[in-house]
Formats: sequence, C-alpha cells, structure tokens
Amino acid sequence: MDFLIFQAPILMVQASMDGILLGILFALIAYGMALQWGVMNIINIAQGELVIMGGYIAYFMYLSGIHPAFGVIVSPIIMYCVGWGMYKLVINKVVDKDLFTSILATFGISILAQQLMNFAFGADVVVAQSNFGTTMLFNDMVTLPNAKIFSGAVCVISAIILVIYMKKSKLGRAIRATAQNARAAKILGVDTEKVYAATFGINAALCGIAGACIAITFTLHPYTGLPYTVRSFMIVIIAGLGNLPAVAISGMGLGVFEEWSDYLLGTEFRIAAVFSLLVIILVYRRFKLARKREYLK
Amino acid sequence: MNKNTLLYAGLIIFGLAGAFIFPAYKLQLSFLYILIVLAMTWDVQGGQMGYNTFGNILFFGIGMYVASSTQIAMFFSLAEWTDAGGEKTFVHTIPQFFQGFGVGILLAGIIPTIIAGVIGYGILGLRGHYFAICTLALGIAAGELAGGIEIIGAGQGMTVPVWPKGFGTNASSSQFLYYLSFILALVTFVTLKWAYSTRFGLVLNAIRDNEDKAEAMGIHTMRYKIIGWMVSAFFVGIAGGLMGHINGYIEPTEIAFAGPTFGVFMVLMAILGGKGTLWGPLVGATLFHLFKEGFWTYFLGWQYVALGVLIIVIVVYFPEGVMGWLREKYPERFGEVVDEADLKAQVELK
Repeated sequence: MDFLIFQAPILMVQASMDGILLGILFALIAYGMALQWGVMNIINIAQGELVIMGGYIAYFMYLSGIHPAFGVIVSPIIMYCVGWGMYKLVINKVVDKDLFTSILATFGISILAQQLMNFAFGADVVVAQSNFGTTMLFNDMVTLPNAKIFSGAVCVISAIILVIYMKKSKLGRAIRATAQNARAAKILGVDTEKVYAATFGINAALCGIAGACIAITFTLHPYTGLPYTVRSFMIVIIAGLGNLPAVAISGMGLGVFEEWSDYLLGTEFRIAAVFSLLVIILVYRRFKLARKREYLK
Repeated sequence: MNKNTLLYAGLIIFGLAGAFIFPAYKLQLSFLYILIVLAMTWDVQGGQMGYNTFGNILFFGIGMYVASSTQIAMFFSLAEWTDAGGEKTFVHTIPQFFQGFGVGILLAGIIPTIIAGVIGYGILGLRGHYFAICTLALGIAAGELAGGIEIIGAGQGMTVPVWPKGFGTNASSSQFLYYLSFILALVTFVTLKWAYSTRFGLVLNAIRDNEDKAEAMGIHTMRYKIIGWMVSAFFVGIAGGLMGHINGYIEPTEIAFAGPTFGVFMVLMAILGGKGTLWGPLVGATLFHLFKEGFWTYFLGWQYVALGVLIIVIVVYFPEGVMGWLREKYPERFGEVVDEADLKAQVELK
C-alpha cells in the first residue's frame, strides 16, 4: 500500500483542514434542504442547481469587474427572488402531493436550470479569481487558501444570522409553527402560502451564499449540481431535520471523508465515493431499524 | 373475433411488417421498442408496487457492458480491444459474431438479475423517497465507477463489435436488431400481462396499497419485491445489451448509466401513459418518443429545455396519464361499474 497520504502524514492535516472548510459549505446547503424538507415536505433535486446558479452570479460579477467576494451579499438577494419565483410557478402545485411528485418536478427544474446556465455561461469549467492569497501553516507544509477561510467564515456567520432570525423574528416563528403543524398554524392565522414561499426563498438564498463561496474557492460547471443535492440529502438523513449542530458536524465529516477519499482512491472516484456512501448509509440504517421492525420515515 | 384480438393482431402485424413498411425508420422503431421495455419494467416497481425507482438504469448499463464485453472477450483480449479504441484491428468472423452475441445477450439478462437479487435485499427495505434517492445515487455511482475502470475503456467508453462483413446485405444488421427488440418488447409485454393476472400481480398491488397490512396478512413482501425487481432487471439488462448494439458505442455516463436521460425517461413514459396499468407504459413510451423526436428535430439546441418543461408539465398537470384520463372518461370500458348513487355520495363527501 503505497498511498501518498501515508508516506507524507502532513497531508492528513491538509486533507482534514480542507475537508472541514469544505464541509461547512455542505452543511449550509444541507441546512437549507432540511428547512424546506421540514416545513414543506419537499425534496428539492434542484438544490445543487440553485448552488451553481448562485455561483454563476458571483462569477458574472467577477466578469464585469467587481470583486467576486461581494457575491456573498448580492447572490443571496437575487437567489431569494429566484426561489420565490420557482415556488410561485411550480412548487406550490406539488406541495400537498406525495414526495415523489416533488422529486420528479424538481428534477425537471434541475434539467431546465442546467441547460439555461449552459446557454448563459457555456459548458467550460470556470472559477472566479479572488486574489486572496494563501496562508502557510506548519513550516509551509500545509497550504490554506485564504478564500477557503473566508468562505468558511461567511458560512458560519450566515448560519448564525439565520438561527437568530428563525428564533426572534415574526416570520421565523411562523415558519417554525408551520413546520410543526401546518393546519394548526393556518387556523391561528399564519398565511402558510406566504410562509412556504419565504421558506423556499430562504433556502435559495442559502444556496446562493454557498454558491458564491464555491465560485471563489472551487470550480463551477453547469452540470455539477446533482452531487451537491446528494451531499445535502445525505447530511440531512444523518443529522435529522432541524438539528443544526448535527448538520454542521455531519457536513464537516462528509467534507473530511471526501478529501481523504481523494487521496486514497483517486480524484476520478470522488463522486462515486460520495454516491456510494449515501447508498451504504441508507442500507445500514435500514438494517438497523429493521431489527426493531421499523423503517426510515 | 372481438376487439382485443384485433388490436393484438394489428400490433403484431405492425411489428413484424414495420421493418419493410418504414425502412428509413427502422432504428427509430427499434429504439421505441427498447423504450417500451424500459417503461413497462419501470412500471413493475413504480406503478404496480409503488416503489419509485430511479435505479433501473443500473441494470441497463450493466447489461450493455456485459453484452459487448462478453462478445469481445470470448475471442479477443478485452484490454487490447479497448486500447485500440475503435480501430478495427480485430474482426469477428460470422460464427464468432453470432456466438458471442447470443452468449452476451443471455449474460446481459442473467447478471443484472443476480445483482438485483443481491442488492435488492438491502435496498428494497427502504421506502418512499429514501428508496427513490438511494436508487438515484446507485445509478450515478455505477456510472462514475464504470468511468474509472480501465479494462472497459474508462471514461472514453468502448466500441461494440460491428456486424460481420459479407453476411446479408447492408440493411440486415438493423433488421436483425429491429426484430430482436420487437421480440423483446413482445415477450416483456406477454410476461407482464401474465404476471399481473396471477397472485404475483395481486401481491405487488397489495404492497403498493399498504405494505404493513400485506405483511400482516402473512405475505413475505420482501420476497415478492425482490422477485419483481429481478424480473425488471432481466428485461432491462437485455434491452441494454441490444441498445449497445443499436448505438454501436458505449460510454459510461451519457449512454450506459444515463440517469438524467434514460433513467428519467422511463419514469416519465410510465407516468405519461398512466402508471399502474398494463397499457399505460406502452402508450406513454410511444407518445414520449414522438415528443422527444419532435423536440430533437424542431428545437435542436433547446431540446433539454423543452424536456425539462415537459417533465414539469406532465408531473404537475397530468399525473394520472393517458390511461388514467381514459379511465375517468370511459369507466365502462375498463370493466368498472359506475354506481350513480355512490358517485353522488362521494361528491357530497368531498
């Protein structure tokens, strides 16, 4: 076994730190998914496309000469409107149907979005240069791009803002009430239609922030959305709905797993490793629950 | 002769004579038969059993790879073949080609069946959307893995053996594939029609309606679910093997394990036609093929946009499908007795 990572153990530190910073991003996307899943009972396959779309907004700013780091402010605002429009056009018609309908409908949206982004920005892999430089740690053995640290910080700050907003604001309380019992909330005067639209918009805005971070730290490509959806789905089923610390921890765990599998299996198997891990986790949980004659709900 | 016999006879005659009536559309028609097989086998899970799978594409891809690599590996070295990458330094003789083809197609049915049996025990225990997402991940993981395996051409894909020179005329290759796909579609239809009329079909419907109750009635639901998936895997695998020959080229993520295209097409076709019915997938596949060809001809470049819109429209506005709509309109033709008083009572309840 001549893996590079065992010959140079410092790479383990590198992989773990990269993984944690990547995992914070995943956790933010997954939190958005958990939010809409919990509130509206919808699984959004187009989640990854929303992320990539948010990234392209930052990239567009970069092309027009604005520093792409401002994308983390602009992109959520635009994405909120996109999410709101998506809800009004399609999602509000599938909210009360069964989950598979929403999966298929959002799959249609994801194909549509991929293709439109392909028309708008071309099928090349792009990156928005942030020119933030890099930080060297441990005698220059570990390189850490400042852009990654920046994106990690942005994600943490926006998650904190969101949590406070959900706790304190009127809309936040309405959202939490609807998640607990939509019917009761309706009786008590909550306009659930508005709450749903806002939830979808907030989810899209979170994706927009994450996407802008991805644009400056990683690469963008119109067809790479689905892995982000699967990652966030995976994080949500491990962590459960509405459990933010667990979402953060499992997001970071997933990031570390990915970076390690990069070194151990090779980059070409990275996506395969993510998708196989999802299958393994689901099957493991199924067997664990089957002992109690239960199943994943 | 009643109406049904006429219908069946007409369809069979159309299938047999199709290669001669529409010689220019032979490949399109074989493609249609493959799509019909995909839609009908998806309906075993999605419609009859209530397990919405995106993973049947897994068997499609495996069948495709198994069929052509067997055909190659029986006579040549597989690694050298994929290295040569399309340059035909290896040529199958006539008996070699057909021997390899026969064994390859047979294995393309058997190996996916075994795989379905093995993984089915783990995966069919999941329900609802967990099952859907898990199978979606399964199909994509398989494509990514196949893209990393050198011996079957990795990400570049591999070529399929070409029709041996000097056997028949130029048209006989496509005629051969046409009839094989037609026979496959026919056999699938007959098998499923028979299966739905037996206890097996009833059990599948019982699982869809209420799995816990079915289990409480003493039915080994897991056994039936696995057998159902194995039946699907068998036909889908063979369809994949034939599809490899129709394409002439195999590529891991775009053709073999094409989750976003074929994997979703089969779901859409079944829903468009009306899921949970025998004829629905067939009607849906035909309509969908027409739509798709129309998009690819008239909206070239925008075809996936049109496809995305079509998916949303079908799912949101037309979830019952053609057969569901017909059923509502002409319930007598489906053998349903409409009780006026009962209907009124239902309306009042609503």
